[in-house]
Amino acid sequence: MANLPTTTERFIQGILPENPVYRQLLGLCPTLAVTNGLQPALTMAAAVGLVLLSANIIVSLIRNLLKPHLRIVVFTLTIATFVTIVDRLLAAYMYPMSKTLGPYIPLIIVNCIIICRCEVCASKQSVVTAAADAVGQALGFGLALCSIAAIRELLGAGMLAGIPVMPSAWPAWVIMVLPPGAFLTFGLLMALVNWVGAARSNNAGKGD
Amino acid sequence: MEYLLDIFLISISAALINNFVLYYFVGICPFIGVSRRVDMAVGMGGAVTFVMTIAVFISWTITSLVLMPGAPISSWIAGFFMSVDKAAAVDLTILTYIVYIFAIASSVQLVEMYVRKFYPSLYKSFGVFLPLITTNCAILFACLTVMSNVVGVDNAADAWDLGEALALGIFGGVGFTIAIVIMAGIREELDLCDIPEPFKGAAITLIVGGILAMAFMGFTGVDSGLKAALASAP
Repeated sequence: MANLPTTTERFIQGILPENPVYRQLLGLCPTLAVTNGLQPALTMAAAVGLVLLSANIIVSLIRNLLKPHLRIVVFTLTIATFVTIVDRLLAAYMYPMSKTLGPYIPLIIVNCIIICRCEVCASKQSVVTAAADAVGQALGFGLALCSIAAIRELLGAGMLAGIPVMPSAWPAWVIMVLPPGAFLTFGLLMALVNWVGAARSNNAGKGD
Repeated sequence: MEYLLDIFLISISAALINNFVLYYFVGICPFIGVSRRVDMAVGMGGAVTFVMTIAVFISWTITSLVLMPGAPISSWIAGFFMSVDKAAAVDLTILTYIVYIFAIASSVQLVEMYVRKFYPSLYKSFGVFLPLITTNCAILFACLTVMSNVVGVDNAADAWDLGEALALGIFGGVGFTIAIVIMAGIREELDLCDIPEPFKGAAITLIVGGILAMAFMGFTGVDSGLKAALASAP
């Protein structure tokens, strides 16, 4: 257990160094599907964060009872339960948004981020660490989603979170809010993140 | 005839127009991870089509027999405990997600055991992908689409029957295979190209995926055109 990261490290790692979307390439399905506007992206990030936090806490509490060959099934059923709860909450309090997100809310069940965190962190470490890890990863996921959604909504509709910001002469690039725009924006942003990362590690190398 | 037309349109729509990968973004993980060589892509596509068909069959059966409001089995069982008109209104749709994910996981397990025992050569070509498929969103997405077309419809006559559900399962898988095989072919060529350093790996794959998605957007509206053409034909 000595080599496992501490609570603070887990929290920090999730936000940028091990960002679930840009670095680990996990949870790409919602990343591409719901980022045509900031509001659905934020709702999605909140839903994933809630499920991730609850699943991590529960898995961490029962980690000593888990049998190795059954653990994936237990993770999946825990996640499915919380996703059902979140789905009902959304349908009760944010009905139009739950219609917009549609099948992507139940698809959180098979979101690799959550299973990956249960496996890597929650099934090995204490509740506090698991919760911090969940919050960190959820923030990282939200950050990634919002960065993509902001660019797509701004270029595709000239708005941010439904408020027009671009001058009215802006010819909305409709392609950006359609499926190809998701792939293109995400691909370019990923290249940008790689480029900045490489430049920083080069500088660090020169500094030594 | 009407029914065949319906099946045909569902198939075309699932395979091309609303391609699972390029339109709904489900199954992106294998699309990026496994699409490095064409033979692997074909294996993965075959495995996904196979499991998707089985999963859609199971989920359609469970939904219409047990989960949906007024389903025969659940209302029959409830009939022992309460009055008949109350029993007919038993609604278990809240359990849908848990039941589906369980059905998918167990059918993947079964398929894996069956294929390993009876088709060792087939197992060698796509067996390694089978466990991955449990967490493949495309399968769950197909099941959810079927559910929304069985439970969520306002008019009972519009609800999908088993044939329509299976058409979605098979051709959704075919669409996935088409997308992942095209992608693998392009990536084999990309290996020979001089790609700028930051774009190497996932970034260039995503951009190629974007261009592919643009190409597939060309199919938009084909279904309504086909429907009009076929319906007006003598």
